[in-house]
Amino acid sequence: MSGAGNRELVFPTRMTLGLMKGKLKGAQQGHSLLKRKSEALTKRFRDITQRIDEAKRKMGRVMQTAAFSLAEVQYATGDNISYQVQESVQKARFQIRAKQENVSGVYLPAFESHINEDINDFKMTGLGRGGQQVQKAKIVYTKAVETLVELASLQTAFIILDEVIKVTNRRVNAIEHVIIPRTENTISYINSELDELDREEFYRLKKVQEKKQIAVAAEEAEELAKRQAAEGALEDAETEDVDDELDDKVEDVEGAEEEEDEAVAEDASDAASVPASASASAEASPAPAGKKKKNKKKKKKAASTAVQPSESEIIEDVEKLAGGAAAGSEDVLQENEDDIIF
Amino acid sequence: MEGLFFNVDYGYIEGVVRGYRNGLLTGNQYANLTQCDTLQDLKLQLSATDYGNFLASYAGPLSTSVIQDRLSKKMYAEFQYLRSQSLGKLTKFLDYVCYGYMIDNVSLMITGTLHDRDCAEILPKCHPLGWFETLPTLSIATDIESLYSTVLVDTPLAPFFKDCLTVDDLDDLNIEIIRNRLYKNYLEAFKEFIQKEFDGPDLEIMTRLLDFEADKRVINIALNSLNNPDLSPEDKTSLFPQFGRLYPVYHKDLALAEDVEQIKYIVESIGEYLELFSDGHDANGGSKNIEDWFYLLEMQYNKNAFTQQFTLSAVWAWLRSKEQEVRNITWIAECIAQNQKNRINNYISVY
Repeated sequence: MSGAGNRELVFPTRMTLGLMKGKLKGAQQGHSLLKRKSEALTKRFRDITQRIDEAKRKMGRVMQTAAFSLAEVQYATGDNISYQVQESVQKARFQIRAKQENVSGVYLPAFESHINEDINDFKMTGLGRGGQQVQKAKIVYTKAVETLVELASLQTAFIILDEVIKVTNRRVNAIEHVIIPRTENTISYINSELDELDREEFYRLKKVQEKKQIAVAAEEAEELAKRQAAEGALEDAETEDVDDELDDKVEDVEGAEEEEDEAVAEDASDAASVPASASASAEASPAPAGKKKKNKKKKKKAASTAVQPSESEIIEDVEKLAGGAAAGSEDVLQENEDDIIF
Repeated sequence: MEGLFFNVDYGYIEGVVRGYRNGLLTGNQYANLTQCDTLQDLKLQLSATDYGNFLASYAGPLSTSVIQDRLSKKMYAEFQYLRSQSLGKLTKFLDYVCYGYMIDNVSLMITGTLHDRDCAEILPKCHPLGWFETLPTLSIATDIESLYSTVLVDTPLAPFFKDCLTVDDLDDLNIEIIRNRLYKNYLEAFKEFIQKEFDGPDLEIMTRLLDFEADKRVINIALNSLNNPDLSPEDKTSLFPQFGRLYPVYHKDLALAEDVEQIKYIVESIGEYLELFSDGHDANGGSKNIEDWFYLLEMQYNKNAFTQQFTLSAVWAWLRSKEQEVRNITWIAECIAQNQKNRINNYISVY
C-alpha cells in the first residue's frame, strides 16, 4: 500500500468504506469546482493587471501635466495660492461612489468618480491675477484625480483578487495533493483489509469442510469396522444368545458417543493451533459467529476433560472396537495425527 | 533742476538700486541656466551671479521651493536694507510699495481667522515685505465685528478699509472681493501720493507703471470673472481702480463683457495692449498666454524706468524686476525638476 502512513485512522469496515467513497467523490467534485473558480479569478486578475499597467502609465503622464500646471499657477500668481485655495473650499466638488462587483463569489469594490458641476468654491481665487491658470490647473487636476480613483479601484481589486486566488489555489492544492490521496489510501487500505478477512474466512470454511469430511470418513470406517466385527461375531458364534446381540447394540451406542467426542477433540486442537485467526474471524464475520461460539463451548468442555487423554482413549477404543480390521481405522488415525501436527 | 538736490537725500539709495539692477540676470545667464540638467547645476550657475553662495548653508536635497525661498530671502534682505536707509518721501514711497503686500497678508489673516486657524500656522505664510507690527493681533479677533472695529483700524491699511467696507462685507464669501477692493483703494491712494509728491520724470514713470498695474488688474478681473454669476457688472466696476488707460471709457464695457472676444476687442483699442490677446509665438516657439504678455510688458516698462536719472521709481522698477527674476529662476528650476524642457524658455528676460 503506497503512503501507508498517510491515511485516516478508521476501522476497516464496509460502512467506513462507503463513507470514504462518498468523501472521495465530494473531494473530487469540490476540486473541479474550485479549480474552475481559480481559473476564472486568474483570468480576471490578468485583466486587472493589464489595466493597472495602463492606468499607471496614464497616471504618470497626467500627474506630470498636473504638477506642471501647478508650477504655472505659482509662476502666475505667486505665493500662498495653495493656502487661498484650501481655505476657500467648502464642499467637495469631486465625489466618489463605491459599488460592489461580483466575480465568482468575490466582491470587488469599484469606485466611481462623480463631479458636481454646481460646486465651484474657488472661482474667485486669483481674481486679480492668474485666475485662468488656477482654473486650468483645476481641470488638469480633476483629470489626475479621476485617473487616481480609477487606479485605486483597480489596485483594491488587485489586492483582494490576489488574496482570494491564493486561498483558492491553496484549497485546490490541498484537495489535490492531500485530501484525495489520503482518502484513496484509506479506501485501498480498507479494501485490502477486507480482502484479507475474506481470504481468512474462505480458508476457515475450507478447513471446516475438510474436518467434516474426515469426520465422515472416520464414521464410515467405524461403521465398516463395526459391521465387520458384527459379521465376525456372527460367524464365530452363530449359536450365541440373543442377549449378546443386545449387548452389541449397547456397545454400538457407546461407540457412537465416543466418535463424537473424538471429532470435538480434533476441532479443539485445530482451534488451538490458530487462535488468533479464529478470534479475528469471530469479530469480522458475524454470520458464522453462532457456530463458532458453539464450537468454543465444546472446545472448553474438551479442554476441561484434557485433550490428550481423550485422544489416546479414542485410539484405544478404536483399537478395541476394530481389532482385526484395523486397516481403515489406522488410516484415519494417521490422518488424525497429521492434523494434530498441522 | 529737479536733479540738483536729489543726491543729497536719495543719491546713495539710487546708487545702490542701480547696482542691484546691474546684478539682474541677463539673457545670456538665463540661456546658461536653461542648459542645466539638474538643480545642482543650476545652483552652480547661480553661484557665479549676484546670488553668490545663497544656497551654501543649505544641506540636503535641493528642491524648487528651497531655491525659491532662498532667492526671495535675498531679495527681501536687499529691500529691507533700502528701506532702512530711506528718508523723506522715499520712506513713504516704500511704505506704499509695501501696502500691496500687506493687503495680501491681511486677507490671509482674515481667511485664517474665519476658518479658526491657529495664528502660528498662518504667520509664516505671510509675505515678509507686507509684515507690520500689528499683523499678529489680527488673529485675536474672534468675530468679524471686533476684527473690524478694534484690530483693522490700527493697521496701516485702515484708510483703505475705511471707505470701502462695512461690517456686513466682512463675511467669508467675498474675501477675494475684499482683497480686490482693498487693492483698488490702495492703487488709487498710491496714485494720489505719486501725483502729490513726485514730479518730473519720476512722476511720468510711476504714472505709467501704476496705470499699467491698474489696467492689468482691470483686464484680469474682467477675464477671470467672465463665467461667474456671483459678480454683477456693478460689483466688477467697484473693483476697477479709477485710473489707467482704460479709464473711464472702457471700464463699463469691460464690466459688461460676456466673453473673451468682447474683452479682446475692447482692450485692443489701446495701442500698447494690442499684443495681449494674440497667442503669438516667441522666437523659441513657446506660446505666450495673457499672463506672460503682462509680465513681458511690465518688464519692458521697468527696464525703461532705469533710463531716467534721479528717479525714485527705480526702486519700484528694480523690485518688480527682481520679483520677476525669482519667478523666472523658479520656473526654470521647476522645468528642470519636472523634466519639462520644452517649456523651459517661457521665462521673461529683458535685461
